[in-house]
Amino acid sequence: MIQIRSLTFNYSGHAPIFQAFNWTLNRGETWAIIGSSGCGKTSLLYLLAGLLKPTSGEILIDGEAINRPRPGTGLILQEYGLLPWSTVRQNAELGLRVHNFYGPDGRHAPQTGRASMDIMPWLERLGIAHLADKYPSQISGGQRQRTAIARTLALHPDILLMDEPFSSLDAVIREDLQALTLELCREQGITLIMVTHTIEEAAMMGKKILLLGAPPNTMPKVFENAQSGSAEFRHTTEYLEMCKTLRKELGNETS
Amino acid sequence: MKRRDVLVAALGLVILWQAAAMLVNRSILPTPLLVARAFFSELTTGLLGEHALASLWRVVAGTLLSVLTAVPAGLAIGGSARLNRFASPVIYLLYPIPKVVFVPVILLFLGIGDAAKIAIIFLILFFQIVVLVRDQAAALPPQLFQSLRSLGAGRRALFRFVYLPASLPAILTALRQSVGTAVAVLYIAELFATQRGLGYYIYYNGSTLLNYPAMYAGVIAMSLLGLGLYFTVDWLERILCPWKFVS
Repeated sequence: MIQIRSLTFNYSGHAPIFQAFNWTLNRGETWAIIGSSGCGKTSLLYLLAGLLKPTSGEILIDGEAINRPRPGTGLILQEYGLLPWSTVRQNAELGLRVHNFYGPDGRHAPQTGRASMDIMPWLERLGIAHLADKYPSQISGGQRQRTAIARTLALHPDILLMDEPFSSLDAVIREDLQALTLELCREQGITLIMVTHTIEEAAMMGKKILLLGAPPNTMPKVFENAQSGSAEFRHTTEYLEMCKTLRKELGNETS
Repeated sequence: MKRRDVLVAALGLVILWQAAAMLVNRSILPTPLLVARAFFSELTTGLLGEHALASLWRVVAGTLLSVLTAVPAGLAIGGSARLNRFASPVIYLLYPIPKVVFVPVILLFLGIGDAAKIAIIFLILFFQIVVLVRDQAAALPPQLFQSLRSLGAGRRALFRFVYLPASLPAILTALRQSVGTAVAVLYIAELFATQRGLGYYIYYNGSTLLNYPAMYAGVIAMSLLGLGLYFTVDWLERILCPWKFVS
């Protein structure tokens, strides 16, 4: 369970983005965070990842306060996450190599012992095994994101944070990867929190949707979207209704 | 660039040299054949090999020393905005100074031994490597660090997995750009206060012994030294940075 308790956060010298903000997520849930730019959605993700520290208040994951990256939380960014000098295979192995570099110290890597370095099953699962020896510059944006997903999932995270991971991809590839992400999270029992700026993606991906408004955010505005999670959902009236609701709410927030 | 094209170019230059030698027809420009003969006899029975080794040692030592000091300095400056604020104005002022003007100063301070020559090469390469490694480190996208830190990487792992591999192409580019200059300045440095090294050998044969074929043999050796270093850098880049050569 993830609990955010009276979180206040501001970048130094700037007005707070979150003020006394409370939010609770349960294990295995699928969340989308949506909001216009500058609303603090990426900051919230980085706070959850332990890459930013709350100005005050706390973020608890399974009762433990987060002040630094946690071995069980995976983070996938929009781009640039791959090392240009490493092949797909080496990039996908990177998390495991980092963990093995430190050994099971509980800080940088889980205490449960050394992980298997066999990345090929993950590359196969993500359909990029045939690209194992290619460099990031040689593959498409979608394939790069598949590599980033393989790298993160190979670490067996229980929480997956994604920051607009598919926003630079073509529509068909994006829908493909959305479905794959949901499938993998379900399969591995991963709690997914995905930041997006597109209404359609939020409605498609989030069984619950957190809408952030103009800062400071004080109360979470949550929308239940229990029907989502399958490709067919895109063709239902519930989906269109959810898009409409979100569009209206976002319009209210920005006007 | 194809190897065959390079060989053809070399052959062309030799032909041009032969033509010039025939045209000038004076002892100060011997034919390629004469020089080649002198080169091999100086190498096998003379002292050319010994002088070449002295020069090679100075270049290699100066290069290693500059890489070992400039890479950590460049990474530290490029990786820290605070350090960059202090160091960059200093580098900005020192970088454009032609280091060859320090030759007399360094000779005064370090005397006639190898140390002075190594120091000069070091000085030339150091700034070049610092600047390129610094820029390379500063240009790494912050997202790369965020995603690595989220994988659990601390400072040591970032150094091992990001900074070090990222600095390799910068080091090799710096060496490619400056190794020629380093050899040129080594020649100047070896004109003074030494009796070892190709610079001395060339000058001594040309101005004192008036043995022009031997002098040209020295020039060839010095060219081969520069060319060899250049090829070595190319080769290292192919081995160490294969990702730069994919299409």
